[in-house]
Amino acid sequence: MAKQVIQADGTRIIENERTFSWKRFIFQWEWMLVLMLVIVTIVNISASSNFANPTNIMNAMRDFLDKAIVVFPMALVIMLGEIDISVASTMALSSVVMGMAYQAGVPMSGAIVIALLVGAACGFVNGIILAKFPELSSMIVTLATQIVFRGIASILLKTDSVGGFPAWYNNFGWGKFGPFPIILIFTVIEALFFVYLLHYTKFGRRTYAMGNSITVSKFSGIKTNKIKVIIFTMTGLLAAVAAVFLASKMGSVRPDVAKGYELDIIAMVVLGGVSSAGGKGNILGCILSILVIGFLRYGLGLVNVTSQIIMIIVGALLIIAVAIPNLKSSFGQSKWFKNLCNNVKKC
Amino acid sequence: MNNLILKKMFSYNIREISLILVIIVISIFVQFRSGGNFFTAENISDLCTETAILAILAVGMMMVIITAGIDLSIGAIMALAGMIGTTILKGNKGINPLFIILIAIVIGTICGMLNGISVSKLKILPIIATLGMMNIFRGVTYLVSKGNWVLQNDMSSSFLDLATGKALGINNLVVIALVVYVIGYIFLKYTRTGRKIYAVGNSEESATVSGIKTERTLLIAYTIMGAIAGFAGILYVCKFGAAQGETAVGYEMNVIAACVLGGVSINGGTGRVQGVLLGALLLGLLNNAMPLINISVFWQEAIRGLIILLSVMCNALIQRNVEMKALRRRNI
Repeated sequence: MAKQVIQADGTRIIENERTFSWKRFIFQWEWMLVLMLVIVTIVNISASSNFANPTNIMNAMRDFLDKAIVVFPMALVIMLGEIDISVASTMALSSVVMGMAYQAGVPMSGAIVIALLVGAACGFVNGIILAKFPELSSMIVTLATQIVFRGIASILLKTDSVGGFPAWYNNFGWGKFGPFPIILIFTVIEALFFVYLLHYTKFGRRTYAMGNSITVSKFSGIKTNKIKVIIFTMTGLLAAVAAVFLASKMGSVRPDVAKGYELDIIAMVVLGGVSSAGGKGNILGCILSILVIGFLRYGLGLVNVTSQIIMIIVGALLIIAVAIPNLKSSFGQSKWFKNLCNNVKKC
Repeated sequence: MNNLILKKMFSYNIREISLILVIIVISIFVQFRSGGNFFTAENISDLCTETAILAILAVGMMMVIITAGIDLSIGAIMALAGMIGTTILKGNKGINPLFIILIAIVIGTICGMLNGISVSKLKILPIIATLGMMNIFRGVTYLVSKGNWVLQNDMSSSFLDLATGKALGINNLVVIALVVYVIGYIFLKYTRTGRKIYAVGNSEESATVSGIKTERTLLIAYTIMGAIAGFAGILYVCKFGAAQGETAVGYEMNVIAACVLGGVSINGGTGRVQGVLLGALLLGLLNNAMPLINISVFWQEAIRGLIILLSVMCNALIQRNVEMKALRRRNI
């Protein structure tokens, strides 16, 4: 089986067989994430003896999983080489519409369905604009729709908030099914679905192909526009799901909800090893990076590190994470780096 | 003959001309709807003053976008430079305000260099690198301020006069913006470094092959952006009379929007200073005009977003049309 491999320095080689190589296995980005997760866990345990308690871990996960719901579809978007900045606004708009529908007398389950439809519609708008105008960058389009979606949310609800949802809905975000939080169960199912979608279906292979080169994929007969629209619609839909959970956790909806979430979500995706140049990354990395950032925040909160320092740490982590795989190509020419590599090999 | 030159000028400047037309149409509309409150000396000078800082930043952002990059960290750089500058000012009020501005510019330059190094040396994609740096700069701002605000009465009056004072009857900020535009125009059009920025943006590979040090050019573009952001940050703080951790949150998006409206292509290589000035003016005009004709605050945001979206789409259509025409001409 012929396989094209893109090396870190951008050159491409054709491999005839996919042989198992220990070197490639060990130098995977996922191990780095596992290492980070281990370090974070050790630090957390030493910071608080209660941390290792399974109930506590699951409760901690409830805090950050609403963002995780959007991480998986966003990973697909970034794999395409696109970006979606409008997810946080989509969350705000769909939760506001849900709140208003409930206020207008629609039963809660109906309101949730409406919210999901609104989210999917938002994603569809993004996707269709990008499909019809391939020369526009997704950064600009979603930047504009971000303003529009949140604008519509604030037209609808002004500065008010809607609350007083039924008890079963409020239980949605904080509640548990058996010992597991509902949101955790949902995220696990979603993650499994995305692993299947990306790694075991034609759709997933086509996504990777489009990320590598959209022109080549187009000429190989992939319906690129269709896939693009599907992925963006999926992102909108899952943003709405996240909004449903978030609104349930907060107990009320406001137009300024989830502000700045998009950057957190993108950070999680990129830390997970998904390349924003497209065509690289996997779901396992995303899962690990969600856990790393989530528990890092939680643990630093335990030891009373202020949120400002957490911001700095997450920012630095993001840059370091992306820089490490590039180090070889940027310093590869310099003498001392070559010597270093040779010495390492000798050892 | 004359006709041909006119036609050529028109097709070459179609972007700027259409922007000017849009601006004129909107101003006339607003003039009638607001009952003549728009074209007053006071309102026009308000408009220019409000737009000045955005316009200054747009020049820097334009250079970065021309290199096919983007800088999301400028809001955070503005906050950091403004905070450090005013914190020093708070310590001893007697200090010369120009010295404070210098400090802000130096801080901005350092931040911009960090961005530039991560983009050029470490080869991180600009959007990711500046996103990470945004978190870091914003965090450092909170650390410096310890969560406190620097308020108007902590600043010396000579410093505050910078934003409200006038030179030649025009507000200082507007004068500064004009100077920045003239320098930016000359820099991008007539200096070697300026042309290199365009070359790198058009195609990094061909620029490298032609002997341009692409890494250094990228570094220069981000550093200039940082310096401008630091400068704009201190002006921003001076104008609003308060420095805090949340200064200019999300401002980068406005600046990017101004650039895109002004015809700077996100894919790099194209964009002109004149266009960016008009783009910034159009955004400023929208901000100024919507309250004048009593559009509710809640509608303003959505309308602004819609106008950005529509204008970007229209521009794509115009561009397609132009290319189609060019193709057709070639066939004949």
